[in-house]
Amino acid sequence: MLKLRDYSITKKLTWMNMLVSGAALLLACAAFVVYELTTFRAAMLRNLSTQAQIVGANSVSALLFHDPQAAENTLSALRAAPAILFGGVYAKDGRPLAMYWRDRGGPALPLPAIPAGQMETHWFTDQELILVRSILFQDKLTGMVYIRSDLREMTNRLTRYASIVAGVFLVSLFAALLVSSIFRRIAAQPIVRLAEIARIVSREKKYSVRAPATGNRDEIAVLIDAFNEMLAQIQARDGALETARVELEERVQQRTAELEAMNKELEAFTYSVAHDLRAPLRHIQGFSDALVEDYGPRLDAAGKGILQEIADSTQFMGRLIGDLLALAHVGRQEPQLQLAGLHSLAQEVLRDLKHETDGRNIEWRVGGLPFVDCDPGLMKQVFYNLLSNAAKYTRPRNPAIIEIGSTSVNGRGAIFVRDNGVGFNMKYSDKLFGVFQRLHRREDFEGTGVGLATVQRIIHKHGGQIWAEAEIEKGATFFFTLETLETKAPQEETRTFALKGEHG
Amino acid sequence: MNDAVEILLVEDDPRDVQLTLRALQAENVQNQIEVARDGEEALDFLFRRGIHSGRSPDHPPKLVLLDLKLPKVDGLQVLKEIKASPECHAIPVVILTSSGEQRDLVESYKLGVNSYIQKPVDIAQFRQTIKTLGLYWLVVNRPPPNKTFHEGPREPGL
Repeated sequence: MLKLRDYSITKKLTWMNMLVSGAALLLACAAFVVYELTTFRAAMLRNLSTQAQIVGANSVSALLFHDPQAAENTLSALRAAPAILFGGVYAKDGRPLAMYWRDRGGPALPLPAIPAGQMETHWFTDQELILVRSILFQDKLTGMVYIRSDLREMTNRLTRYASIVAGVFLVSLFAALLVSSIFRRIAAQPIVRLAEIARIVSREKKYSVRAPATGNRDEIAVLIDAFNEMLAQIQARDGALETARVELEERVQQRTAELEAMNKELEAFTYSVAHDLRAPLRHIQGFSDALVEDYGPRLDAAGKGILQEIADSTQFMGRLIGDLLALAHVGRQEPQLQLAGLHSLAQEVLRDLKHETDGRNIEWRVGGLPFVDCDPGLMKQVFYNLLSNAAKYTRPRNPAIIEIGSTSVNGRGAIFVRDNGVGFNMKYSDKLFGVFQRLHRREDFEGTGVGLATVQRIIHKHGGQIWAEAEIEKGATFFFTLETLETKAPQEETRTFALKGEHG
Repeated sequence: MNDAVEILLVEDDPRDVQLTLRALQAENVQNQIEVARDGEEALDFLFRRGIHSGRSPDHPPKLVLLDLKLPKVDGLQVLKEIKASPECHAIPVVILTSSGEQRDLVESYKLGVNSYIQKPVDIAQFRQTIKTLGLYWLVVNRPPPNKTFHEGPREPGL
């Protein structure tokens, strides 16, 4: 149910008009009716009083000579006034002399008393006007006239009046409605239109619309002007904002392009530096070898020791360069995605690794691995780096346990590589994937610090994340996700593929 | 100048030359190796121009070992000219380079290279590779007969 204050302004105005004009009309009609009632009652009373005087005057002789017949004749003249129900002439002692009944015969009604000092008394009951008047002859009380008149005429008249008033009331209200509708158009319509436009603006965020001017010079026109002005300001600000956004976007794109170019340049630099370092390295190795071959017999143990140091250093530098080249290579190329079974890729890597770790007691546990869109060559490198790392850092363990499998982390599919090796302190985990960052001393565990950086770059190129959990002396677990892992990892296919991988 | 050259080594880095020669020494072919230090010198030798104008056309080298990064004329250009020439196109050319670039590989084979070898970083592997290379091309492989060089390619321009 709508409350009045929730009504539209048009309805409110109509209601207001109707209520005001209705109230005014009602008051006017009521005043009119009351006035009419009073006037009519007075006229009626005057009329009845006159009739009573006439009857009284004509009944004097009948009273004096105690002639009821004459009095009755006089009374019968009352028949001319159809409203009169009863008329009676009474002697001054109150005994009835003659009476008149309009509708029926009947006994004389007892005479009501006239208050002392008055000629006449009258009162209205619900349906009748009752009048008693003294009859005087030569200023002496001779008798009384008693007349009762019904009020039907007055009621009828009032009813007629009421219907006329009601008619006038309705017609006036209708006229008021017409007038208010005209005013409504002038007063409310612009507000209604303004409200509609405000609704459109807030709903569609369209600041180019404008409320139409009314051409008037009232408060509504001021409101519309202010509203339009506000819209214009919003539109201007919106435009400025959009321009700023576009500019910002352009700047971001430009910066991104610059960064990409810089990154490419850096990668190209890394590549060419690493590449160009290979030749002198080979020369150092070559001439060291030549020194041993040609002058070996003339070198003592210390000299040979120095040569061995040179050989070790050059070998390490060779590995460093190789790893850097691999890292730069990953950065330079986009992964060529194709559907590949991670299980069989891991198995291929394991074959190489088992060969490399010959003589060690390593328990390899390979769980079910999915079938995903990835660059198989790069994924093999990921597995190689992670698994060879695991093999390296479990060297003090007998047996070493290295596990690879798939799991779910926060609802996302992930691959993990777990070992029971020496682990590391989680406090340094942020350094884990940095180039040249190492968490172990080289004399304990050899390495260049490039392997995990390469793994991270490959994973990032596949839209995935890599992280590790570890505890000192309790092993480490590396987890990684791939963008394609969540969407394309049908478990059934995984299983069949894994089986195929094992049997084929 | 010894006309009976077995290998033409085209290499600009003197240390690489020295180490390659050392590796080939084991095969006892050191004396029959001609070294060109840039692409132009290699072409002069093969086409008997400039200082090599007096060389006999009857003894083409049995093998060209060609580096790609060379001063003046680069290795791919040298390869292109060898394979386009009626006189020299039959000489086996082996690219010996540190470049592992995909486009170098593709381009070399398109130009008709006989073999493409990336110089191993490790010196032991490098020596082994050079040894194998010399052994294969000079001992195992049968070189084209001399008259091949006078007939020219079957389809000139290829």
